Amino acid sequence: MDGMLLAKAIVLGASAIGAGIAMIAGLGPGIGQGMAAAYGAQAVGRQPDASDKITQTMLLGQAVAETTGIYSLVIALILLFANPLIRLLS
Amino acid sequence: MEFEIKTAFYLGGIPVTETVVNTWIIMAVLIAFALAAARRFTTAAPEDDLGTFGLLTEMVVDGMNRFIGSTMGEKAAAFGPYISTLFSFLLLANLSGLVGFRPPTADLNTTLAFASISFLLIQGTALRSKGIVGYFKSFFEPMFFLFPLNIVGELATPISLSFRLFGNILGGMIIMSLLYQVIPILIPAPLHIYFDIFSGILQAFIFTMLTMVFISSAD
Repeated sequence: MDGMLLAKAIVLGASAIGAGIAMIAGLGPGIGQGMAAAYGAQAVGRQPDASDKITQTMLLGQAVAETTGIYSLVIALILLFANPLIRLLS
Repeated sequence: MEFEIKTAFYLGGIPVTETVVNTWIIMAVLIAFALAAARRFTTAAPEDDLGTFGLLTEMVVDGMNRFIGSTMGEKAAAFGPYISTLFSFLLLANLSGLVGFRPPTADLNTTLAFASISFLLIQGTALRSKGIVGYFKSFFEPMFFLFPLNIVGELATPISLSFRLFGNILGGMIIMSLLYQVIPILIPAPLHIYFDIFSGILQAFIFTMLTMVFISSAD
């Protein structure tokens, strides 16, 4: 019984660390979305008339760039709230 | 902390979750709005004064039509009703967090269902415009051995669509409830503007926008 508890504690601790590491992936979308916004601002500066179209395109590109960050968020959430590894112990 | 979806009640042994109940409420609101608007426009004579409600309805429908027309071109007439329904439902669903509901879009079942409908629509459009032979041939382009990559690319569409919406809404919900545990008053209130209103409207817009872009490019 004691060994079981220890094993559970190790899995839980490792899952928490894993969730934290998974969220490092948030770096990528941050940089990507920032670059999209920078070029969007530049484009609006050059062509203020086309700002509607530019904003739409920028948001679309940012949404696609966000995908990897969302995947890591989903993995972190699974590790924290619906841990599949803890079920393997019992 | 519990972010699991609670079961509201059992309907003859089948669990009915909070998500389903909230979806019904949103559906009821949308249907009531649609029926009221439709009655207004079918009973009124063309020269009649439409009133505030009529003008509002006209503005919403006209805005949607123009938005869809600018992205889809001449296909807007065929797909407009679906896209408008999708957008209005997702908008209400995302904003329902403001009045204390658990947003139905914070449940993967809802978002995956919508992404599946969009996926079938995309594949159906491609099948119709390319024909059966052309449709299957398009998986072997530009080179024969890229077939697995094309299959994965097609299947990634509904997954990324659904996870994007789900992750954004659930992430916002979790951050807000964590904040409520640390500082229960004053500070969390303005953050609802970002996490519920801005993020909710933006994600509803992006889901419909991506659906439109995928349908247009499938044709």
